[in-house]
Amino acid sequence: MPALPLDEAGKYVAAAYIVFLTLVVLYVAIMAMKVSRIEREVESLHELLDERGK
Amino acid sequence: MYSKGLRPLAAASVVFMAASLSLVFFYAPLDADQGFIQKIFYLHVPLAIVALLGFIAGGVMAIKYLRTRDPSWDMRSYVAIHLSLVLAVGVLITGSIWAKGSWGHWWVWDEPTLVSFLIIFLLYCCYQPLRFSIEDPERQARYAAVFAITAGAFVPVNFIAVRLAQAFSHPRVLSTTGGNMPGEMRLTFYVSLIAMGLLFVTLWKFELVSKHAKFELKRLRRRLELSLEEGTSRGGAPSPPTATVPAQPIGS
Repeated sequence: MPALPLDEAGKYVAAAYIVFLTLVVLYVAIMAMKVSRIEREVESLHELLDERGK
Repeated sequence: MYSKGLRPLAAASVVFMAASLSLVFFYAPLDADQGFIQKIFYLHVPLAIVALLGFIAGGVMAIKYLRTRDPSWDMRSYVAIHLSLVLAVGVLITGSIWAKGSWGHWWVWDEPTLVSFLIIFLLYCCYQPLRFSIEDPERQARYAAVFAITAGAFVPVNFIAVRLAQAFSHPRVLSTTGGNMPGEMRLTFYVSLIAMGLLFVTLWKFELVSKHAKFELKRLRRRLELSLEEGTSRGGAPSPPTATVPAQPIGS
């Protein structure tokens, strides 16, 4: 096949890079959610310990 | 333990990613045959190489687990395979987009490279269901390690088999002739490959940190609960947490 003109090829290139970016952002967002859940659990453990200490 | 060196790694990944994108769009010349759409090559090929190496690394870490029985190696192997699967999804999607632009089809079934990659992807899709269908943590880790080693050995074998195949239209990048890439393209490709490798290691470490923190938290919570139970059954003040806690399966 002959090379696609820039305006048409640009759509494919943009789509490929956007897919990659979306995957990375999604992955990092899921990991960040998990880390924040762990932080909340650590806080609840602290509260539990404080309550028992009183 | 796992968070050591995470920040410099993350910074290096960002720097290399930025450098890679700059080289792709402002330095590497347009391909004479494919034109602008060939820019997908600098994303798709490093993604594929890093994903396949990640699968192999998962197998090597599984060997380490079987030799030492240290659960941290099992966790490393699991995270490497999990992350490689995510990258493999990216490989399949970006490859399909490139195929549609270049060949006019989203998928070509008589192309050995594409089909072999799909087979590897589908093979590793079985890893998580296999793993999480076993409740006993020790057995789970052992079975997952055996799977990771077998599948990890299949990756290079598959790669060589495809190389030996006679008919292919898929372009060769890493060959003895250097893939016929001019110097600017080769430099851009290698920078993209390093950037992708660094991104993989950073995300791998990041997930390991999160998993490790989760395990430690669960152990602490159990120890605390056990000590509180002991304290209440004795009728006195809760004793300090000393009870040993059995290992937890990954993902529980």
